[in-house]
Amino acid sequence: MERLFYSIKEAFRLIITLDSEMLGIVSLSLGVSIAAICFASLAGIVLAYALAFRKVPLKAFVVSTMNTFMGLPPVVVGLVLYLLLSRSGPMGFMKLLYTPYAMVIAQVLLALPIITAMSHASLVAVRPAIKYAAKGLGASDAQASIAVVRYARYGIISSVMAGLGRVMAEVGAVLIVGGNIAGYTRVMTTTIALEYDKGNFELAIALGIILLLIALILNSALYMYQRKVYR
Amino acid sequence: MNIVLSNISKSYNGTRALRECSVAIEKGISTAVIGPNGSGKSTLLRIAALIEGPGSGKVSYGEFRSADDVKKLRQLIGVVLSGDTLFNDSVYDNVAYGLKIRKMNKNELRGKVSDMLASLSLSDKAGKHAMELSSGEAQRVAVARALVTEPEYLFLDEPTASLDPLNTEIIENALQEIRALRRMTIVTVTHNMFQTKRIADRVMMMYEGKVIEENITGAIFDSPENEITRRFINGIMVY
Ligand SMILES: Nc1ncnc2c1ncn2[C@@H]1O[C@H](COP(=O)(O)OP(=O)(O)OP(=O)(O)O)[C@@H](O)[C@H]1O
Ligand SMILES: [Mg+2]
Repeated sequence: MERLFYSIKEAFRLIITLDSEMLGIVSLSLGVSIAAICFASLAGIVLAYALAFRKVPLKAFVVSTMNTFMGLPPVVVGLVLYLLLSRSGPMGFMKLLYTPYAMVIAQVLLALPIITAMSHASLVAVRPAIKYAAKGLGASDAQASIAVVRYARYGIISSVMAGLGRVMAEVGAVLIVGGNIAGYTRVMTTTIALEYDKGNFELAIALGIILLLIALILNSALYMYQRKVYR
Repeated sequence: MNIVLSNISKSYNGTRALRECSVAIEKGISTAVIGPNGSGKSTLLRIAALIEGPGSGKVSYGEFRSADDVKKLRQLIGVVLSGDTLFNDSVYDNVAYGLKIRKMNKNELRGKVSDMLASLSLSDKAGKHAMELSSGEAQRVAVARALVTEPEYLFLDEPTASLDPLNTEIIENALQEIRALRRMTIVTVTHNMFQTKRIADRVMMMYEGKVIEENITGAIFDSPENEITRRFINGIMVY
């Protein structure tokens, strides 16, 4: 009991004094996840648009795969990526294993299905009349496509937030391909998962609190954004 | 420029909406398009307004072939489609859309939008979200959005369907006012025969994917040549 109180007190001390090890871990976490979300959003939204409105080979297959992969177990993604990136694997020559780049790739793979599937669902819900209306007001075909994406923006932004929530909280994939190397690939979740009993209990608690705060901020932002829409 | 549609056919998943339909729309004239549900009026309007390409056949504006000059021609066109077609933005942003597309500068845009809102009695609704409007207000926004760019060609698909007489009058008056200033070409799809008489110089009667009769409004109502037209405007079932 006393040890717990001490650790919580120490955790708050770390947060309040902006401990440099802690800050390093938090900023790497945010950096990796935000980079991954940028790539995944770009690819996911374009893919979702193509699946919604263009002729795409194997469309039904791709859509159901994306829906299935929304719940992909992170450790499986980590394992597959490990096999691909490891020295003897087909992409081993790129020397990406145990680097932040490998972690970004893993998180892109985890976020892409969520962003694609959810964005696709909101894009197909946009009636053709919206595209017609844009064209009828002078829009080029490309501008009309933008009007459609804009019409679906609330769902698309929700999908990006959901993707960010997933990759921020995920531990299995980044652990396997990142390796939890102190000062290099150690992020919030891997620190919490592996460091709590190595005298880093305080740091683990501090990071847990920060992670919760980030999740809270993300979700309230999303909630307020959605409320603005459905008011 | 006159609009000429020649031999237009259009199918949707096997449903033939237009069957080798040919028609000419004279510049500066207000034309009403009438005909039973499903006769292809909305399809004809979308194709004439360059929103959709024809399955087969040709659309031309004067010497311009729509296929080659869509981008340029669309700048001259304004459309009000039937049903709920507003963007999920504020009333102001909906009306500003066409001007933004045309890259009008902010100050000029602001002036045009507020003038247009005023002429459709929408000044107090500018900040409202489009989803919060009554159907009459929404329809007025759709008309304002199409008129604000001062189009040379205006296409209206049932612009006053399900509106009360007051909302109908506001819309008809706004159109009349603009037309008094500049004689734009107007094509209006309507099921309202009284409205047809009020607004149209000429009438086109559609039936089963074709224009079966076209004439000046008086002639269509007083002495229709086609038996189907005669029965339709007299409210006798034709199908
Ligand atoms: N996007 C579409 N997909 C499938 N079928 C369509 C589509 N648009 C029109 N049709 C079909 O084409 C035919 C003509 O439709 P259109 O909407 O042009 O008729 P309309 O004369 O405007 O009818 P209404 O008076 O009911 O509005 C109908 O049989 C309709 O079912
Ligand atoms: Mg129609």
